[in-house]
Amino acid sequence: MTNPAEAPAGAPPPALELLGVDKRFGPVHANRAVSLRVAAGTVHAIIGENGAGKSTLMNIVFGYHQADDGEIRIHGRPARIRRPHDAIEAGVGMVHQHFMLVEAFTTLENIVLGAEGGLRLADGLAGARASLERLAADYGLAVPLDRPVGELPVGLQQRVEILKALHRGASLLILDEPTAMLTPGEADQLFALLRRLRDEGKTVLLVTHKLREVMAVSDRVTVMRQGAVVADLDTRSTSPAELAEKMVGRAVQLQVERTPSKPGAVLLEARSLDLRDRHGIARLRDVSFALHAGEIVGIAGVAGNGQTELLEVLAGMRRPDAGEIHLGGRDLVSCGLGPRERRALGLAHVPEDRLAAGLVGAFPAWENALLGYHHRAAYGTGPLLSPSVAIAECGRRMETFDVRPRLPRLRASAFSGGNQQKLVLAREIESSPSVLLVGQPTRGVDIGAIEAIHRRLLQLRDAGKALLLVSVELDEILGLADRILVMHDGAIVGERPGDGASEREIGFLMAGGRPGSA
Amino acid sequence: MKPRGARELPGWADWALLPALNLVLALLIAAAVVALVGESPLQAFRLMARGAFGSQEGIGYTLFYTTDFLFTGLAVAVAFHAGHFNIGGEGQAYVGGLGISLAALHLGHWPFWIFLPTAIAAGALFGAAWAAIPAWLQARRGSHIVITTIMMNFLASALMTYLLVNVLIAPGQQSPESAPFPRGALMPSARALLGDVGLHFTSTPLNLSFLIALGACALVWLLLWRTKWGFALRVAGASPGAAAYAGISPGAATIWAMLISGALAGCVGLNELLGSQHNLILDFVGGAGFVGIAVALMGRNHPLGILAAALLFGALYQGGSELSFDMPHVNRDLVVAIQGLVVLLCGALEGLLRAPLAALFARFGNRDRAPAGD
Amino acid sequence: MKRRARLCLFLAALLAFITGARAAAIQPAVVYDFGGKYDRSFNQSASEGMERFKKETGISYREFEITNAAQREQAMEHLARHGATLIIAVGFTQASAVERVARRHPNVKFTLIDAVVDLPNVQSIVFREQESSFLCGMLAAMASKTGKVGFIGGMDIPLIRKFAMGYAAGVHYVNPKDQVFENMIGTTPAAWGDPTRGADLAKSQFGRGADVVFHAAGASGLGVLQAAQDAGLLGIGCDSNQDYLHPGHVLTSAIKRVDVAVYRSCMDALKGDWKAGHEVLGLKEGGVDFSLDKDNRALITPAMLKRVEQARADIIAGRLKVPEYPGS
Repeated sequence: MTNPAEAPAGAPPPALELLGVDKRFGPVHANRAVSLRVAAGTVHAIIGENGAGKSTLMNIVFGYHQADDGEIRIHGRPARIRRPHDAIEAGVGMVHQHFMLVEAFTTLENIVLGAEGGLRLADGLAGARASLERLAADYGLAVPLDRPVGELPVGLQQRVEILKALHRGASLLILDEPTAMLTPGEADQLFALLRRLRDEGKTVLLVTHKLREVMAVSDRVTVMRQGAVVADLDTRSTSPAELAEKMVGRAVQLQVERTPSKPGAVLLEARSLDLRDRHGIARLRDVSFALHAGEIVGIAGVAGNGQTELLEVLAGMRRPDAGEIHLGGRDLVSCGLGPRERRALGLAHVPEDRLAAGLVGAFPAWENALLGYHHRAAYGTGPLLSPSVAIAECGRRMETFDVRPRLPRLRASAFSGGNQQKLVLAREIESSPSVLLVGQPTRGVDIGAIEAIHRRLLQLRDAGKALLLVSVELDEILGLADRILVMHDGAIVGERPGDGASEREIGFLMAGGRPGSA
Repeated sequence: MKPRGARELPGWADWALLPALNLVLALLIAAAVVALVGESPLQAFRLMARGAFGSQEGIGYTLFYTTDFLFTGLAVAVAFHAGHFNIGGEGQAYVGGLGISLAALHLGHWPFWIFLPTAIAAGALFGAAWAAIPAWLQARRGSHIVITTIMMNFLASALMTYLLVNVLIAPGQQSPESAPFPRGALMPSARALLGDVGLHFTSTPLNLSFLIALGACALVWLLLWRTKWGFALRVAGASPGAAAYAGISPGAATIWAMLISGALAGCVGLNELLGSQHNLILDFVGGAGFVGIAVALMGRNHPLGILAAALLFGALYQGGSELSFDMPHVNRDLVVAIQGLVVLLCGALEGLLRAPLAALFARFGNRDRAPAGD
Repeated sequence: MKRRARLCLFLAALLAFITGARAAAIQPAVVYDFGGKYDRSFNQSASEGMERFKKETGISYREFEITNAAQREQAMEHLARHGATLIIAVGFTQASAVERVARRHPNVKFTLIDAVVDLPNVQSIVFREQESSFLCGMLAAMASKTGKVGFIGGMDIPLIRKFAMGYAAGVHYVNPKDQVFENMIGTTPAAWGDPTRGADLAKSQFGRGADVVFHAAGASGLGVLQAAQDAGLLGIGCDSNQDYLHPGHVLTSAIKRVDVAVYRSCMDALKGDWKAGHEVLGLKEGGVDFSLDKDNRALITPAMLKRVEQARADIIAGRLKVPEYPGS
């Protein structure tokens, strides 16, 4: 580990230097004396699991939080950053994971927002237009200035955010999980842009938990674990395996080994599912597929291309406008069966958004272990609910699925993402379903827990269950699925066997490319 | 990751310390107001405390008011657990009183122990029916329950005035009140009940309804936390997404919660009409429906908390009356202002001290405890 | 009337002088209803009567304004137990509380305004509001140029219907073809304290062609009178003399002498003349009247005055029957 204090003499001061930054939230020690040095004109990555303290650190740099202790230096000068305005003044720009844009405003208006410059908006807009056109030319950042931001694709919206930061004079650009919403192709374009920014003299600080990104674009990488910096490495001299090990604190198997599948009978079949949303926009178009016992079928696609709706329709949370879903010899749609009846037929569901659907954050773990199954006779006679039975059962499941802390009475929101997901998985798997729908099983889950969750899913497959896996992480689909269906704009646009599918080809289909023209 | 989530208080601070601090703050401001009108705040609080708890009469009245607030507070809490803010307790209580009065006027000659369940059922049914309309509008038409329940309060008032003036008014009577209820329909007073077991208690409006309200507390707790149905209701209230996922119909949860809410509010008439007024009068609810909102907020929507909060508000009401008897400069409006301060700080602004308190706990709390999870 | 008042004053002064040494021979108390003692209507009128009694006799009194229904009984009980010898309950809503407390305290005197309770220690005073309303109705009809007049009541309750019926009868007594618009402020006790709504309703009646509007709506009526001034038309006040509020725009006021009733009850108690029973105060007894003073004299022509005075004489003599709302 290099010591930030030992900067070589004569070199330009680092763009950002943190000295002993310390922050607590109540009992949580979010940052433990973090020292960090980001050399000017580099792409520097900060990697770590969820809860490692990356976001807290960046929020301190950008002025959302104040450090309890420590010092921040920007371009060699000590900076007092109490609010985002101070950070912007000091030349720091931030692109958030969730964009801070007004969708109904044009690009130009969004960029000027908060820096209108004087009472007359027209003056500010005209001045901004000129400077933006210059910036766009300098960095290859062309975006349509006069279209409402809401109409732009996500990749372009992100560019608007970057342009906004540059327009305000940012020399240090912080990007928080920038590829979460992007297709692989868009991500590659972003990386190219970041390199160009670096070459033009800007400094880029990339906050991420994806090893692939770090390896692809960064010059240097800082690994954080449990609030502290555990390694500071030159990207060229490290490997994904080493980074993963440092992140987790033990050796991690990035790719779970799996045996070839032995598909059996068809357990679930979807036929010509169509769905329109409230605005009449088609969300599912003629979706048909079959799910066999003993296989994992992966649905690949960029977020928002109908995967969410497909899961909801299959689980009974939404009624399709047309089509059939066959399970256990019945058409669930024409029988009008809801989630409760479908569970009784052996259809379990790990929802994509565990905090909005899979769990009730304010309820204790044991109550969450009942969700969807609460009416079962095992949990109490007649209308009564017996907490003791449910608490004991929840404790046993926590043991089996290694949920920590093992406290059935702790409310769900107090668990980490990975442990929350294990709570949901435990509930759905322990109901011994024949078909399991799984949405984003490892979103926001730490690498260590990912491994365990993947093992569980494969075990279930090997036990002869049918699994439908929806994930925006292409790596996850490639690693687990026996067959891959690619969804684009509500339709299944291609099917590939899981073994030997190329990331490039799947990514091309995800982006709406036609098979054969790649 | 989530600084907001991290800023949480230990349970005991959330449940006891924070409300207590809010109350102290409210009383401090009230003290300043009392001092401004030239009375001694200490003397005023002493009078209020003595008025509320210092005599059998005080205790009787305090618990009498508490009974009203228990019913309306529980009503607000049940709706709240289903994710709805029932502002209509006032109107539901008013219309529930109509049901109770009709039962008393027509069936009051029945043996009391048969009449009582009938009267409870009548009040609950009428209150529930009044709540059913906004519930249905919310569940099926998406009309916001806050707006519709407020409007239903006005409708209840109009309906009751019309009925009292034109239909139920006692013949040959100038005042829009119903005929007196038959003797057999009246709630046994605390004096009579305690007298039966050989204890002396002075004459106050306190009556059997207080025990019924305590029973309602237990029942609400059982319903919400010990039945599958209550679990589903709470899921629907806490997370619509999770309810949809679990196959719980949010519409049904809304309607059931509001029916129970209205039924609870409808029981206010047991206390006010059968227990105290002994006939149906205009505006007998007198704001108890609105106080119920503050009681539920302060009581954290839990029956035990509601019991404590209802007792506090009962004491404020009774102590406030006593204060305006004995302090010439403290008139009715000032008493209302003091009650209002408590509502404001313990109800509407209950989060005011949360952040500073959390910061204090963060500073001096246990630093070594590991974060939950990994 | 005036003479009678002067006589009372004299007697009071005399009594005050004589009884000065044992001024606390009686301990009066008053319980106001929801409107509160500053409602500029009958609660306030009662308070003025008490103030007058206190000023003339030096005997202080206790008072209580209720905030909820149960407090009526609580307040009377408290006052009765703590030495009050005469409790004056203002408003018809107090009747049942008076009945119960009076039974428990047979040695305490109760005077109930606007309602009747038959008990040996209760004096019930009600007013013939329809008689003063009748005269106001006549004045309204004679002052109206459009042949349309308005009535705005607080709540649709028997007491207010009494006002409305008397008013309409007075209007039609002068001109049977005149139109009377009738509106109520609301359905809750808040109706007695909503001048904005009062002004809105008055404006709407003016819009429909009315040029004189009578209110029996407590503090809400202040809005009615304000709207009349704003429109350059006429309003008629209620309960106390409100002519001075907008001189030239308040045609007259239907006066209800709650203050006199309260004052007299206290004086009678002091002198030992207080009697339980049922008292009805109309034009004859000086309990109700219409107002005539410097603020509205210019609005009432001698011809109008003559006709109204004739009607008053006829009513007092029983030659003219004013319709009465059943039950009162």
